[in-house]
Amino acid sequence: METNKKAKQIDRIMTAVFVTVAGFFLLLLAGIALLVIGRGIAGFEPYMLSFSRKGIGNQLFNTIYLVFLSLLVSVPLGIATGVYLAEYAKPGKLTNFLGICIETLSSLPSIVVGLFGYLVFIVMVGAKWNLASGALAVSILNLPLIATTTKDAMLSMPKGYRMGSMGLGATHWQTIKRVLLPACMPRILTGIILAAGRVFGEAAALLYTAGMSTDINWNNWDLTSPTCPLNPFRPGETLALHIWASRTEAIGADSVQIANFSSAVLLILVFAFSIGARVLGRRMERKIGGK
Amino acid sequence: MESKFEVSKLNLHYGQFHALKDVSLSILPHEVTALIGPSGCGKSTFLKTLNRMNDLEEGVTIDGKVTLDGRDIFRDMDAISLRQRVGMVFQQPNPFPKSIYENVAYGPKLQGIRSKVKLDEIVENALKGAAIWDEVKDRLKKNAMGLSGGQQQRLCIARALAAGPDVLLMDEPTSALDPISTSKIEDLCAQLKKDYTIVMVTHNMQQAARISDKTAFFLLGEVVEYGDTDQMFSMPKDKRTEDYITGRFG
Repeated sequence: METNKKAKQIDRIMTAVFVTVAGFFLLLLAGIALLVIGRGIAGFEPYMLSFSRKGIGNQLFNTIYLVFLSLLVSVPLGIATGVYLAEYAKPGKLTNFLGICIETLSSLPSIVVGLFGYLVFIVMVGAKWNLASGALAVSILNLPLIATTTKDAMLSMPKGYRMGSMGLGATHWQTIKRVLLPACMPRILTGIILAAGRVFGEAAALLYTAGMSTDINWNNWDLTSPTCPLNPFRPGETLALHIWASRTEAIGADSVQIANFSSAVLLILVFAFSIGARVLGRRMERKIGGK
Repeated sequence: MESKFEVSKLNLHYGQFHALKDVSLSILPHEVTALIGPSGCGKSTFLKTLNRMNDLEEGVTIDGKVTLDGRDIFRDMDAISLRQRVGMVFQQPNPFPKSIYENVAYGPKLQGIRSKVKLDEIVENALKGAAIWDEVKDRLKKNAMGLSGGQQQRLCIARALAAGPDVLLMDEPTSALDPISTSKIEDLCAQLKKDYTIVMVTHNMQQAARISDKTAFFLLGEVVEYGDTDQMFSMPKDKRTEDYITGRFG
C-alpha cells in the first residue's frame, strides 16, 4: 500500500514537471514571437512593403523564389536518395558509410557550405552572385533532411503493402511508385516543410552565393535579363540576409526599423508556410488513413 | 483429372536450415487444398513457393520441380506472370492505403488496362466474386482502411481476383478475423472453387475439415500425409497425423 501511494505521488510530481517544462517553452516561444512581431509593427511605415529600393518587397519575393528553386533541386534528389537507401542499397559497409556521409552533410556549418558554394558555383563557373547558386548551396543543407525522412518513412511501411503488391505481379519499382511512395507522402511532406523552414531563415550559406544585392525591374519579363524577377541567374538578397545587412552595414536612418519589420515578416512567412503545409499534410493523411 | 500444380522432390533451404524436404504432391483444379501442421512445419513456406514469393527473401535456395498446368514455374515462367496467374491472400488483411476502387483496380492497371469502362467492369465483378459488392458499392471512392477487418480481407480477395488468376493461395486468411467474418470467407471459398483452384494454409483443423477437399499434413518440413480430407480426418494412415488431428501435439 505504502509503495502504491509513493508511486502515485511521484507520478503527480512528474506530470507537474513536464507540464511546467512544456509551459515554459511555450511562453518563451510566444514571447519571442510577440517581441519580434510587435517591434516590427511598431516601426512600420507603408513604404517598407513596397517593391522599391527602400522597401522589402523584393527581398520577400527573393526569399520565396529561392525556397522554390532550392526545393526544385532538393526534393527530387532527396526523395531519390531516400528511396535508394531504403529499397536498393544492400546493407553493408558502403551503405553505412553513405549514411554517415549524409548525416555529416546535414550537420555542416552553413558558412562552410556557403564558402563551398562560392568556390564551386561562383568561382569555378565564373559567374556572378546569383539565386541559382544560392539555391544549390542551401540544397546541400536540406537534401539530407529530405533523404532521411524519405528513407525512414519507406522503412516504416507495413510489410503487407510490399507483399500485397508483389503478390499481384508488380515489379519492385511499380511497388515503390504506386504503393509505397504515395503512402509515405504525408511524412515526406513533413520533411520538406522542415527543410523549407531552414531555407527561409538561412543567411550564412547565401552570403557568398545568392549575394546581397537586388535589382529587379517588375516590368521586365525577359528571362535572360539580369533585372527580370524570375531570372534565377541574377543576384537576389533574401529577407534573412537583408536583416543582417540592415543591422550591420546599412547606414540609413531607418535601417533598424527595416530590420525589425523584415524579421516580423520573415517570422510570419515561416509560420504561414508551416501551417499551410501541415493542413495539406493532414488532409493527405486523412485521405490515406480512410478516416 | 489433370493436376493444376505438380510438385516433385521440392527442397528448400533458408541458409543452412532445411525448411522443405522432398515435398511431392499434386494439387487438383477446382478443389480446396488445405495445408495443416504445427507452427514452423513449412506449410507457409510451401505455399509461398507456389507463386515464388520466396524469391523475395534473402538466402533461399530451392531445388526440385514445380509445374503449373505442365509449365515449370522456375524455368519456363517469370515470377511476375506467375503471380498474375497465382494470386495470394495474406494472414493480415493488407489493403493499400487507397480507395476501395483503386485497391481492386491495382492488378488490372499493372497489366496495362487503362479503359475506364473495362476497369469498372473488372472491379465490379471482382467485388461481387468476393461477396463484398453490396457492402461497398456506394463507397468505392472511400479509403479501404476504413473497412472492418473482415471486409478488408474480402477486399483483398477481390483485389486478387481482379488480377485474373486461376489459382488463389491463402495464408491463414481468417486467423485475424472474428467468427462471423471467418464463416463468410469460408462460404466464399466454397463458391470460388467453381472457378478457381484454392490452396489454403490453416491453423484451424475444423476449418480444414469444413471446407477442403484435400489436406496435406506437414511436419518438420515433410509431408507426412496427403489425401482426401474426409479420409484423413476419419481414418488417418499415419500415427503422427492421428496424434496431431486429435490434439495430442501441435
